[in-house]
Amino acid sequence: MLDNLVFQGLIGLSLAMYLWLLSAGLTLVFGVAGILNFAHGSLFMLGAYFAFTLYGKWGWAFGPSVLVSLIGVGVVGAVMERVFFRRIYDLDLPYQLILTFGFILIFDDLVKMIWGGVAMIPPMPQWLDGQLVVLGRPFPVYNIFIVGLGVAVALLLWIVLERTWWGRTIRASAHDREMASAIGVDIPRLFTSVFVFAAMLAALGGALGTPVRVVAPGIGTAMIIQAFVITVIGGLGNLKGAFVGALIVGVLTAYGILLFPVFELFIIFVVMALVLMVKPEGLFGR
Amino acid sequence: MERKAQGYLFTWILIAFLLALPFFGGQYVLYMVIQILILSVFALGFNLLLGYTGLLSFGQAGFFAVGAYASAKVLLVFPSLILGVGAGVLAGALAAAILGVLCVRHTRIYFSMLTLSFGMMIYSLAWKWREVTGGDDGLVGIPRAPMGIPGIFQLDMSPMSHYYYFVVVVCLGAIFLLRRMVQSPFVLILKGIRDSETRASFAGIPVRRYKLLAFIVAGAYAALAGSLLPPLENTVTPPIAHWTHSAEPVMVTLLGGIYSFYGPIVGSFFFYILKDVIVRFTQYWLICFGAIIVFLVLAFRGGLVVFYEERILPWLRGRITKGG
Repeated sequence: MLDNLVFQGLIGLSLAMYLWLLSAGLTLVFGVAGILNFAHGSLFMLGAYFAFTLYGKWGWAFGPSVLVSLIGVGVVGAVMERVFFRRIYDLDLPYQLILTFGFILIFDDLVKMIWGGVAMIPPMPQWLDGQLVVLGRPFPVYNIFIVGLGVAVALLLWIVLERTWWGRTIRASAHDREMASAIGVDIPRLFTSVFVFAAMLAALGGALGTPVRVVAPGIGTAMIIQAFVITVIGGLGNLKGAFVGALIVGVLTAYGILLFPVFELFIIFVVMALVLMVKPEGLFGR
Repeated sequence: MERKAQGYLFTWILIAFLLALPFFGGQYVLYMVIQILILSVFALGFNLLLGYTGLLSFGQAGFFAVGAYASAKVLLVFPSLILGVGAGVLAGALAAAILGVLCVRHTRIYFSMLTLSFGMMIYSLAWKWREVTGGDDGLVGIPRAPMGIPGIFQLDMSPMSHYYYFVVVVCLGAIFLLRRMVQSPFVLILKGIRDSETRASFAGIPVRRYKLLAFIVAGAYAALAGSLLPPLENTVTPPIAHWTHSAEPVMVTLLGGIYSFYGPIVGSFFFYILKDVIVRFTQYWLICFGAIIVFLVLAFRGGLVVFYEERILPWLRGRITKGG
């Protein structure tokens, strides 16, 4: 019983890490540019498809595949921001949301066109394929690797935001865009860089999932809705909140499947609604 | 004045066309017009919230589904169309009243997120609560029940054209009712709330009560649209409650035009026409539609109605005066 609970906990934690990588970018872009990007999940999906092609189909090594996917999606993100998103920062909420929704339709169909509706899982990279025996039960090394990597990204992100010049300008312009611009921050360039960075985080999540998660056209919309839940729980624009929110949703989903399989999805949205009603600025909101 | 007369003329021509359609249109055309009417009613109710009250709901599919499932459940037990649709509308209004109390306390993105979460709760119930909703198989074998009072008179609904007339009458009635509502002081107050909630509340308007009323009307319209679907398709399945379905009224309303009453209808019409045309060339019609949406948001936010009034109409007038 105990080993079952611990095992499901690890599954939950690794799910939480994929969600964290996705939500981190979502909440970062919202915090800086004020845009809630529905198509952010599509970037996650794109990352998964790129890595799937390089690693699963062309037989590249896993590490380089992930890296190149990141760069590829980063380029897509740069184009999206430069050509389209740049023009909607000052628009009303419905227009912003629906434009990003338009991109979901475009990406979903594009992926179907290029890759077809396949759902295939390539084999695990050898150096990550293994079991670790804890409490007399084998745990997959890959999940432990994912959790470690997710935490490492969180720490790195924290250092970047707190300690580097770029991080400071991000925080400054999230706090007061006009003032940041007045003291010389190049806002349009900053927005592009944040957007690209966020796209790459999402792609990392998607790419890391390829050896264990199904790659299919619908994964973008399935993931983005959970990322919305997470960013709302943590507070829109709040990174620390997104991390904790991802842990809550990931672990709750994993145990939910085990304990109350019928209402596992329902409960997540109940949590989201409760947070919105009681503390709309999120658990970690100011 | 002349404009108004033109408008009336156009409306009557359209109604006459809709009523005459079964005499020359095939099954497929009738089916498509039914779909357009259902989406129109769905989007019109939604636009009472967005265009008139300034609230973007991303959970309307939830109320659509409540209407659809309630009408399906009733139709499976009592084969009476009126009873089914009535139950659907009532259930949707009730759900909107309960959830609305919680939603209208918020504005802007928090309102959108809260409606999204309620909509997805309804989706997860539809998907997982197998005993009641049939789970991911949905409810099947829903009869297109006859209309009327059992024992007194019956109107058979099984031919598509009969059901078509039923949908036309119900939807036109609903549209007419909403049109009257939009001309009433009720909607003036909603617009006041949209423009400035603070100012409206200083003027002594119970802001939340009015927002709640608008929310209930929108929910009831979504449920009406939903309740017309099961008799048409004979099934209901969970995807109608999914948030991507909530995006449909948002899309068609923006496509048609958010600040015009008929915008959502124009948008619904073009939504299905575009789909029908594009699907003939490629199965990837959503990519085209996505591109159209992106273009519309970037280049023409007034939607098709404003595009027609500002660009096409003056151009036509110019041609006519030049020619004459």
